[in-house]
Amino acid sequence: MNYFLTEEQEMIKELAARIADEKIAPIAAEYDREGKFPHEIIGYLAQADLCGVYIEEKYGGLGGGVFEMALVVEELSRACGGIALAFAGTGLGTYPIILFGNEEQKQKYLPDIASGKKLAAFALTEADAGSDAAGIRTTAVLDGDHYVLNGTKQWITNGGEADVYTVIACTDKEKGARGFSAFIVEKDTPGFTFGKKEDKMGIRASSTRELIFNDCRIPKENLLGKEGMGFIVAMKTLDRTRPGVAAQALGIATGAFNAALRYSRERHQFGQPISSFQAIQHMLADMAIQIEAARALVYQTCRYIDSGAKNFSKESAMAKVMASDTAMKVTIDAIQIMGGYGYMKEYPVEKMMRDAKITQIYEGTNQIQRNVIALELIKELSSKK
Amino acid sequence: MNIIVCVKQVPGTGEVRINKETNTIVRESADAIINPFDEYAIEEGVRIKEKTGGKVTALSMGIPKVADLIRETIAVGVDEAVLLTDRAFAGADTLATSYALAMGIRKLGEFDLVICGKQAIDGDTAQVGPSLAEKLGIPHTAYVRKIEEIRDGYIRCQRLTDDGYEVIEMPLPALITVVKEINEPRLPSIKGKLKAKKAEVRVLSAGDIGADPTLCGLKGSATQVVKTFTPVHEVKAEMIEGTAKEQAKALADKLLSMQFVKRI
Repeated sequence: MNYFLTEEQEMIKELAARIADEKIAPIAAEYDREGKFPHEIIGYLAQADLCGVYIEEKYGGLGGGVFEMALVVEELSRACGGIALAFAGTGLGTYPIILFGNEEQKQKYLPDIASGKKLAAFALTEADAGSDAAGIRTTAVLDGDHYVLNGTKQWITNGGEADVYTVIACTDKEKGARGFSAFIVEKDTPGFTFGKKEDKMGIRASSTRELIFNDCRIPKENLLGKEGMGFIVAMKTLDRTRPGVAAQALGIATGAFNAALRYSRERHQFGQPISSFQAIQHMLADMAIQIEAARALVYQTCRYIDSGAKNFSKESAMAKVMASDTAMKVTIDAIQIMGGYGYMKEYPVEKMMRDAKITQIYEGTNQIQRNVIALELIKELSSKK
Repeated sequence: MNIIVCVKQVPGTGEVRINKETNTIVRESADAIINPFDEYAIEEGVRIKEKTGGKVTALSMGIPKVADLIRETIAVGVDEAVLLTDRAFAGADTLATSYALAMGIRKLGEFDLVICGKQAIDGDTAQVGPSLAEKLGIPHTAYVRKIEEIRDGYIRCQRLTDDGYEVIEMPLPALITVVKEINEPRLPSIKGKLKAKKAEVRVLSAGDIGADPTLCGLKGSATQVVKTFTPVHEVKAEMIEGTAKEQAKALADKLLSMQFVKRI
């Protein structure tokens, strides 16, 4: 399918694909097995100018948007969805600064992120605050020129590896979701430490850790937007980064599909390649249909967001649900086509199935996404009356 | 420091086609890449420039389409790309190629160092680099795996040998050919690619560089390819079966009958 990418988008896709094929694919299995963080891949992305595709040119980026970010994530995820997350998780941690940061904050943080010198992370989830973000217990109390943070964030992507963290904390318990605020916290701030590294089913090359704040004092200039805007910061950020998760899912699905298709031509049974059997052909056709449909929705959603649309929660949620459900189904079918070989760790598809699962869970479970979609549908209908 | 890197277009992973009349490679095929060993030469040139300042020029001889390929070298830090292209250059062997390149380099003016890949992956002769140095009347070292020091008028480098390396000093200007151990070529950057797209490749004809047409191309070639073919290696194996004792006897008889061993 021709998606009529601009010349620059083609270049971005092509370079990301080259990094995926030449640099990531050969190490993906090892990094998955050992749970290693892909520092050197960030180096290659930086070399190619890809770290800042979604950051404004005046801060050292390429001036693209959500679409450019998604194109990179998709290509990297074809080779490894976990390694791609170092880049995608940084996007998630950076968008609050892009959307709500003031000029000083942007000047201070964006150039280093655009150049790949620093990674970012986004910290919302807590033990009792997941789909229900209103359950946040981490507090930030103003004390002179500083906010004092206390609490623990859970399952934070890029935890321990990122240099810049955007953290959602409660500044006013009385106000519920309106009492949350967003802060920038730098690594190595006294009182800010990391908990254990989680041992995960998939995306194992990504670092997932607890962030522990114990009387952690940060300058009050690190507040993003105003006090009480934390929930808005989180929601607006996630609306923009869900297509990134969708792109990750899309990449994983594509990687698994390509492996299964290739295998079906090489594997002979009953004296012919298994691709000659209709049972396999129909599976491959269905996989290709689903991937292409998901890609069309993800790309168009990205374009819609980048066009300057105001409200795109519904579209963003649709793209994420569609692509992640597709990734799960396609990776399972890829294993089925590859049979016993697909089940073995020697081949890459079992890892892709493990990696795909998280895309249905994080940045809002697919169930929560369906709630969002339905709510928007009802809102749209009632606004027409 | 003024550095010239010689770059050759070679057929990519696709099938190599041979012109049956001239027995030379058909270079018009769509799938063409920069000779992989030349990528190391480009990277080394750019690294030296980044340390000492100056300019890196990529020089190639080839069909007009090669311009698109050498333009890409600008994306990884080359400053100017120059293409020698002329019907007179067609069918050149290594001798005629090094003559044309030498004339091209003279036309470009002063230089400190010429870098070539150790060989091209199509012809595999590894002759053009050293031969070019001869034509230019400068010293050369082939198979360089590391530049230990380079400054005005001086280079010290390590030459890869079968059982280690030699350290060689040369005055500049000089020529080196490099092996893949020397560096890891960088990826092009988006900004570099955008710059490369806009870059103009300087195209020079045989006349422009003052080359004698009788020394160029097929006419100037001292060698002629009579035939090209892929050698067929046939191994005939005979399986000896039976018990260990029977097999040993059969093998011994065989060796005796073939007079590989003698009964004493």
